[in-house]
Amino acid sequence: MADEPAEDEAETDGGVRAYTVRLELVDEPGELLRALAPIADNGGNLLSIHHERGNITPRGHIPVEVDLESPPDRFDDIVEGLRDAGVNVIQAGAEHYGEEISVVLIGHLVENDLSETLSRIEDEADAVVQDLSLAAPDGTDATSSARLRLAIDSGRSDRVFEVVRSIGADKDLTVVEPLLGGEA
Amino acid sequence: MRLAILGAGDVGRSVAELAGEYGHEVVALADSSDAAIDPYGIDVDGALERKLGDEPVGPDDPTAVFETDYDVLVEATPTTLGDAEPGFTHVKRALEADRHVVLANKGPVAERYEELRALEAESDGSVRFEATVGGAIPVLSTVEDSTPQAVTAVRGVLNGTANFILTRMAAEGLDYEHVLAEAQDLGVAEADPTFDVDGTDAALKFVILANVLAEGGFSLEDATVEGIQDIPGSALDLAAEDGRTIRLIGEASRDGVRVGPRLVPENGALAVTGTRNIVQIETKHAGSLHNSGRGAGGPETATAVLSDVGRLPKR
Repeated sequence: MADEPAEDEAETDGGVRAYTVRLELVDEPGELLRALAPIADNGGNLLSIHHERGNITPRGHIPVEVDLESPPDRFDDIVEGLRDAGVNVIQAGAEHYGEEISVVLIGHLVENDLSETLSRIEDEADAVVQDLSLAAPDGTDATSSARLRLAIDSGRSDRVFEVVRSIGADKDLTVVEPLLGGEA
Repeated sequence: MRLAILGAGDVGRSVAELAGEYGHEVVALADSSDAAIDPYGIDVDGALERKLGDEPVGPDDPTAVFETDYDVLVEATPTTLGDAEPGFTHVKRALEADRHVVLANKGPVAERYEELRALEAESDGSVRFEATVGGAIPVLSTVEDSTPQAVTAVRGVLNGTANFILTRMAAEGLDYEHVLAEAQDLGVAEADPTFDVDGTDAALKFVILANVLAEGGFSLEDATVEGIQDIPGSALDLAAEDGRTIRLIGEASRDGVRVGPRLVPENGALAVTGTRNIVQIETKHAGSLHNSGRGAGGPETATAVLSDVGRLPKR
């Protein structure tokens, strides 16, 4: 093994963390795509992109905020890859986006008022539903599944799961939580 | 050592078959109705042939096993819940006679751990049960070597049937019922797969782990258990959109036991495929250890039994 990780570094055996990177892009076609390639090339997983069109930086560029997840030891490579590609990285890493967690809900989601489920999660768990993906292959009156990505405050995941579990119990939904302990 | 084997299913038969290779002698092999007993060593091949031919394993009465001169009782009868009988009584009789016991039967260790340890404390014999958790994978001996006090939690996949089903569902985009039927055709799932797919089998193993970590205090009743029967193929597709998959994950710590379908990174260590098992042993001083391998099967589980026999103090 040529590269033994330093002792204090988090291990990366499947462990991934969420990071936020702020980029500054020239307002030209294809620029965003070019800026995202180094992320995927270095093993990062894109979570979301806030392309703040209309909000021009003092230098006349467009700020873009990218949420991604990657194993901690690959994050530096991602930032380096971005810089090598000539992308201006304003902020990286330390500015954690709080925490992001995904959950999958299964059951009669649509019949049981999906939008009410979402607003209850936002209100009671103090979370932001960032993204929702719904699959209802047998029609909306059959069992369907939804994947939610929730933005939460750091260290509050236990409380959030508790709330989501109790909403799931109310609405007869199966809740598939992520495994967060250790280096899942 | 001289082994007396109770239970002539896949595991008991494999232990009998492999014992010689490990330098041990089989002096008794019994199923619930018959036994082959010989203080100078039974004819293992003959007994196994008879068993597979639906004949009695031998001419003797199974209760006579306890009268035989043996060093280690190998308890490989089927796992029962609740009072864990008749396995528990078998273990009790052996310990009261100051013999060692190696269990492949999960019942007594999951359901009556404190009683088992109390009997052991009164006996000159020792109890070991590596085979009850993760088949061939050295899970308990790894915990033992790290010392249980230094282990904070054990997580992982300890049911091959459920894992096979989830893996196939994710790979083929198929629904539970369809994949279950396939698993039954392949012999991966039992005709009645309830024990595997409702999480009970995995829960028993994590209860055993929690008992080892906390020196007792847990039984199946204390575990939070969910199965995989309600997971549609579409849920696995959604998980995959996010680079994740769903696995039936168990967790054991001093605080409790939980088994249920969980989201894990698709390429993470715990996302083993097929019938493979894995455990992640989280330690205080050495980070996480991962042990993976075949968690079931006659010869596989028999190797765990025979490793235990090798670890026992000589009589």
